[in-house]
Amino acid sequence: MFDCMIIGAGVVGCSIARELSRYNLDLCVLDKEEDAACVTSKANSGIVHAGYDAEPGSCKALFNARGQRMFEKLSRELDFPFKRCGSIVLGFKEDDIAVLNSLMERGTKNGLDDLRIIGKEELSLIEPNISENAVAALLAPSGGIVSPYEMTIALAENATQNGVKFFFGAKVQSLEKLSGRSGGEFFRAKTSKGCFESKIVINAAGLFADEINNMLSAIKFKVIPRKGEYCLLDSSEAGLVSHTVFQTPGPMGKGVLATQTADGNILLGPTSKDVLDKEDFSTTSDGLSEVLAKASRSLKKIPTDKIITSFAGLRAHVESDDFIAGESEDVKGLINFIGIESPGLSAAPALGEKAAQIACAILSPPRKHSFNPFRPKTPRFRELSNQERQALIEGDPNYGKIICRCEKVSKAEILAALRSPLKPSSLDAIKRRTRVGMGRCQSGFCMMKLVGIISEELGASPDAVTKFGGASTLLVCRNKSELKEEFE
Amino acid sequence: MKAVDVVIIGGGPAGLAAAIGAKNAGAGSILVIERDSRLGGILNQCIHNGFGLHTFNEELTGSEYSARYEAMARDLGVPVLLNSMVVDITPDRRVFAVNERGVQELQAKAVVLAMGCRERPRGSLNIAGSRTAGIFTAGTAQKFVNIDGWMPGREVVVLGSGDIGLIMARRMTLEGASVKAVAEVMPYSGGLKRNIVQCLDDFGIPLLLSHTVIEIFGKDRLSGVAIAEVDESRKPIEKTRRLVPCDTLLLSVGLIPENELSKMAGVKLSPATGGPYVNESFQTSVEGIFACGNVLHVHDLVDFVSEESEIAGANAAGYAMGRGLSGGGIPVIAGNGVRYCVPWHINPDNVIDKISLRFRVTGVYRNSRVSVRFDDNQVFGRKSMILTPGEMESVTLKKETIAKLASAKKITVSVEEG
Repeated sequence: MFDCMIIGAGVVGCSIARELSRYNLDLCVLDKEEDAACVTSKANSGIVHAGYDAEPGSCKALFNARGQRMFEKLSRELDFPFKRCGSIVLGFKEDDIAVLNSLMERGTKNGLDDLRIIGKEELSLIEPNISENAVAALLAPSGGIVSPYEMTIALAENATQNGVKFFFGAKVQSLEKLSGRSGGEFFRAKTSKGCFESKIVINAAGLFADEINNMLSAIKFKVIPRKGEYCLLDSSEAGLVSHTVFQTPGPMGKGVLATQTADGNILLGPTSKDVLDKEDFSTTSDGLSEVLAKASRSLKKIPTDKIITSFAGLRAHVESDDFIAGESEDVKGLINFIGIESPGLSAAPALGEKAAQIACAILSPPRKHSFNPFRPKTPRFRELSNQERQALIEGDPNYGKIICRCEKVSKAEILAALRSPLKPSSLDAIKRRTRVGMGRCQSGFCMMKLVGIISEELGASPDAVTKFGGASTLLVCRNKSELKEEFE
Repeated sequence: MKAVDVVIIGGGPAGLAAAIGAKNAGAGSILVIERDSRLGGILNQCIHNGFGLHTFNEELTGSEYSARYEAMARDLGVPVLLNSMVVDITPDRRVFAVNERGVQELQAKAVVLAMGCRERPRGSLNIAGSRTAGIFTAGTAQKFVNIDGWMPGREVVVLGSGDIGLIMARRMTLEGASVKAVAEVMPYSGGLKRNIVQCLDDFGIPLLLSHTVIEIFGKDRLSGVAIAEVDESRKPIEKTRRLVPCDTLLLSVGLIPENELSKMAGVKLSPATGGPYVNESFQTSVEGIFACGNVLHVHDLVDFVSEESEIAGANAAGYAMGRGLSGGGIPVIAGNGVRYCVPWHINPDNVIDKISLRFRVTGVYRNSRVSVRFDDNQVFGRKSMILTPGEMESVTLKKETIAKLASAKKITVSVEEG
C-alpha cells in the first residue's frame, strides 16, 4: 500500500512527485508511456510565461505567477536548461496598442511590475529581424524559456533519488475506492502492470485526467485535445529572435510565437485546433502552412530551408478554460489536476506545491531529513571549454568519443543517460536526455551508433531497440534472412 | 600545440586525394583527421560499382576505389588521426580535434576542408503526418544494410531520386525487400541516368516523376504513406492522392555540404552551393584555408572529387611552403541556365596547366550548347543532346585559353540555344 499514487509522469505529475518526496511517504508514479515527459510535456512551446495573459484571480493567473518565480532555484538544483530571455507581444496596428495596454493592466493585477510598452524604434533595436509592420510591443522581462522534457525528467530523477518509485507502461484500466478491514478507505488501480493500492490518488494524467476522475467521481469532466503544430529551425538561425515573440491576440486568433528554445534552436508555432483523438500527434500540411504564414507576420523573413523538424502536441483543454486544481468535491483523497494547458508548464512547480499541501493536510507526514534537492550534474560536452573537455577525457575516455556530430554529444553522456534513474532505453528517451540526434542532420549520422551503444549496454539485439518503446523498432531483420524462404 | 604544414579535415575521398596532392607537391608535415575508425568516408558503404571510370579506366566499387587511394596515401607515408572529431577551428588555422586521448591542438600553415556533406532530413521538406519509426535517409539505411548487416524494413517507398535513393532501391530489393516506388517531385530525376536504368528499370521499380509524399501514417512503426502528383508549381494535386502501404520510407532529397567548421573559420559560403566560395586554386575567402569535394559542392562522381582535391591539396602544400597565391581574379558568372559554377573566380597568374569549370544547369535542356565567354567572346562551345540538373557538367580550359583572360572583366558560363 502506497501513501500516495500519482497518475501521470508529465511535468505536473513529476513536480508533485518531487515536492512530496520531501516527506516520509511511500510514493509511486504510474504512467502509460515508456518514460517521463512523453506526451504534452515533450511537445509544447517550452515557454515560462511572465503571467500577464491569464484572467486575474483565475487558477491560471495564480499558479503562473507563483510558478514562474520558482524556475531559477529549480533549474539550479536540478540542472536543466532555463533562461529568462524576456518576452514581447507585437502590435501591428493602432487598435492593437489598446490590447497591449489591457494586457499590461492585466499583468499588473497578476503581480507583474516590470511590464512596459515599447515603440517601434526600441523594438527594432532589441529584435532587428522583426517585421517592419510591427508598430509597438509589450515587453515582459520576466518571460523565460525552458526545455520542458529535460525539466520533467530532472524532476522525476530527483524524485527517484528521494525514494519515489516510477512505473512506466502502467496504463490505469480501472480505479476504485474501497474500504479496508479496519474501516480506512483506500484506492485500488488496476493497470497493465498490475494492481496498485494507495491512500490517496493524485490525478495528473494530462489528456486523460478526465477519464481518471470519471472512474471515481460523480462530477464528470471532459478534456478536449487541442492540437498545436510547430516548426523547429536549425540552431544556426538562433539569432533570428532573442526574446519570445508573441502576436497581439485579435480576430485572426491568438497568433503564433517565434522563440529561441532553451537549447538554442528557433521554434515557430503553435496552431490551435480541437481534435477528437487524444493520441493524434500527427502534423498536417494545413497546420504547418498556417504556422509559417502566421509567423511571417512577425518576422521579416523565415529561413524555411533551415527547418529541421516539425511536430505536434496536444493541450488538455477543458470548457471552463481554467485549471481544475484541488481535492475532488465528492471523492475524498482524490486530488485533481485537470485542464492543465498553457500556462501549465510555468505553473507546474506551484501546482506541485499545491498538491503537496493538500496531501500533507490529509496524511500529516513528517519531513524527510535525508531529502536531497540536488540532481547530480552530467557534464555536457557541447557546453564546455577545450580545457574542461581535456580534463573530462583524462578521467573518462568516452568523453572523447563524439557520437552526435551536430550537437556534439559524447559516448560518456549517452552511457550516463542509459544508466540514469529512470532507466531509459529508447532512442527518443536518450535523445531527450542528451540531445543526441536532435541537431540539423536529425540522427542520420548517429542513429546506427546509438542503436549499437543501446543494444550493447542493455544486452539486447539491435532489432529490439526502439525509437520510443512499443513496436517502434528501427531494424526488422538481418540481411537476407528473409530471402531464403522465397527461393526454397 | 603541434605545428603542421597542412591539416586535412576529413579522410574520405576528398581528404585522401588532398593528402596525396599535398605530399606529392612536397609538403613537409601533413595530417589527415578522420572522425571514423577508418578512412574512406562514405565510400565504405558504397559497395555498388560505377566508381573510377575516369580515374582508373575501370569500374570499381566505392570501397575498392577508396582502398586504392588509401594505399597510395599509405605508400606516401601520410599520417592519419582516426576516431578524432574536429570541434573548433580559427581563421588563423588553429585546429582542435577531440579523441579518446584528449583535445589535440594543432597550428596549421594551411588547412584543407574536406568534411563532405550530409543528407537533407525529413524536417526540411515539412512532410505532414506521424513521427513514427521507419523513416530513414537513404544513406543511413545504406549504412545499416551495407556496414552493419541489418535491414531497416521490408516494404519500402523511396522519396527523391537522388543517386543514393536509386542505389538503395536496388539494394533493398536485392536483400529481399519490396520497393513499391520511387517518387520524385521534379519532372526529372536528380540522379544519374545510368542509375535509373540499372537500379530501377532493371528491377521493375516504378519511378514516379512529379510525385511526392504528402502524408506519413503509423503509430509506432510506419504503416503507409500518401503519394500525390504535383502540378507545375510543385503543389500536390489532391485528387491524385493515393495510399501506399509500407513500413519504410527512405529519403533521398538532397545533400547539404557540411560547413559548420568552415563557418567557424570565417569562410564565406555561397547560397547556391552551400559550400565555400573558392578561387581557381580552391582557396576559400580565408587565406590558407582550402576546400574540396562535397564540402565545396555536391558531386555525382567521385572521380571529379579526387581530381579537384589533389589540386586543392597541392595548392595548400604550396601555400604552406610560402608560395603565395596572387589575390583577386576574374569573376566566373553563372549565366543563362546555369545554377552555379565552381570556381567563383579565376586569377590567370595562378593557373599552372589547365582549369576545370564545374557547374550544374537549372533545368532540363535539350539540343542546346554549353558556352563559356570571356566578356562577350566565346572561348568554348559544346553541343549537348541533353543537360539535366542531376548531372554535373565540366568544361576544361587550357592554359592557352586562360592566357586570353588577362584583359577580360568576367567569365560567363551559360546554356545557349543549339
